Amino acid sequence: MIAALICVISVAAFLQFFVSYCRSILASSRKFELSARVREVTGIANHGVAADDFKRLLQLVRLCPERGDDRSEIRAVGVYYSLLAVINFVAGSVTPALAAWSERERQNCSYFAAVALDRRISYSRDLFTQQVAERR
Amino acid sequence: MLGPFEYGIWLIGFLLEIYVLVCAIFRRSFVKYLEINVYMSAAALVALGEYFSIHHYGFQSINYRYYYYYSESLLTILLFWVVTQFYQQVFAEMAVSRYIRGAAAFLLLATGFFSYIVIHENKDHLTSRFVVELGQNLYFVGVVLTYLLWGAVLTLRETRTRLIQLVLALGVYFSATAGIYALRNLFPGLQPSLLRWLPPLMGIWLPLAWSYTFTKVPEDARLTTARLMVKAR
Repeated sequence: MIAALICVISVAAFLQFFVSYCRSILASSRKFELSARVREVTGIANHGVAADDFKRLLQLVRLCPERGDDRSEIRAVGVYYSLLAVINFVAGSVTPALAAWSERERQNCSYFAAVALDRRISYSRDLFTQQVAERR
Repeated sequence: MLGPFEYGIWLIGFLLEIYVLVCAIFRRSFVKYLEINVYMSAAALVALGEYFSIHHYGFQSINYRYYYYYSESLLTILLFWVVTQFYQQVFAEMAVSRYIRGAAAFLLLATGFFSYIVIHENKDHLTSRFVVELGQNLYFVGVVLTYLLWGAVLTLRETRTRLIQLVLALGVYFSATAGIYALRNLFPGLQPSLLRWLPPLMGIWLPLAWSYTFTKVPEDARLTTARLMVKAR
């Protein structure tokens, strides 16, 4: 009985801590304004970043040279996105409020991926400029 | 004997613990985060001890089991010290550190006593049952303490991103591990298959999350806690 109680409370606490932790990582990207270049490249120039754009954006991120310092957070947000997709799938038809919340969160994940892409493109351009300058 | 996967997990955990320590030394914040660094040092030493214990006595030996459970209980108690420090940081302006220390010590003693009471009737396997029961209860007390701390962080509108992430990572660790222990008590049949892998994986989480925080989050970074609250509109 005590073990069952501990199990239920722990799972509930785990979900809350994990969601808050992922949101604390996502919060850093919200202040970042996407450049026109990235909006154009990703095709999100006319509308906001959609929740379903995450995987496509992540594929673009992987095409860019790695900065080396963003891998762990991209992976953590990827896990969070998968968890949200499961929540969206399971609770979508039962509780619309939860579905709407998970949709907003997935959208934040997509925005995070767009910011990561923007940073990697800037990094690539800097690398290129540096190489050109060294050749001269 | 252990396979490459188990050794891989062990090595990753050990290296991450060392990384947190090296990071603290190079950034000259060893004393500032003394509790975390003491915990990481102890965790790294325990990991080394585990390695030698497995090689000397074997993975299935009773010696290793006792070493594993008792060292884990000691590490959890050290984590309580870390939590106490977080409380002191959050309540720094209220000058209530003496009461926080007293409350933490009381909770610790109460947990040990409660665990003893629960297994009192099973005197034939008192020690082995005691360590599992104590582990479950210690982690659960950790969940409660961290949850209360998180409530205080939200109420007092704490903005230090580093502190917020350190607390949340600890909360994830405590709640996941308490849940795993409780599942082991509820479904002992799952232990050889699924539940055997989860505690070592969770062992990696804390040094991984803390090393991320110390590396990526500057000391002066600020965050609005209202953004972290889960609200369904």
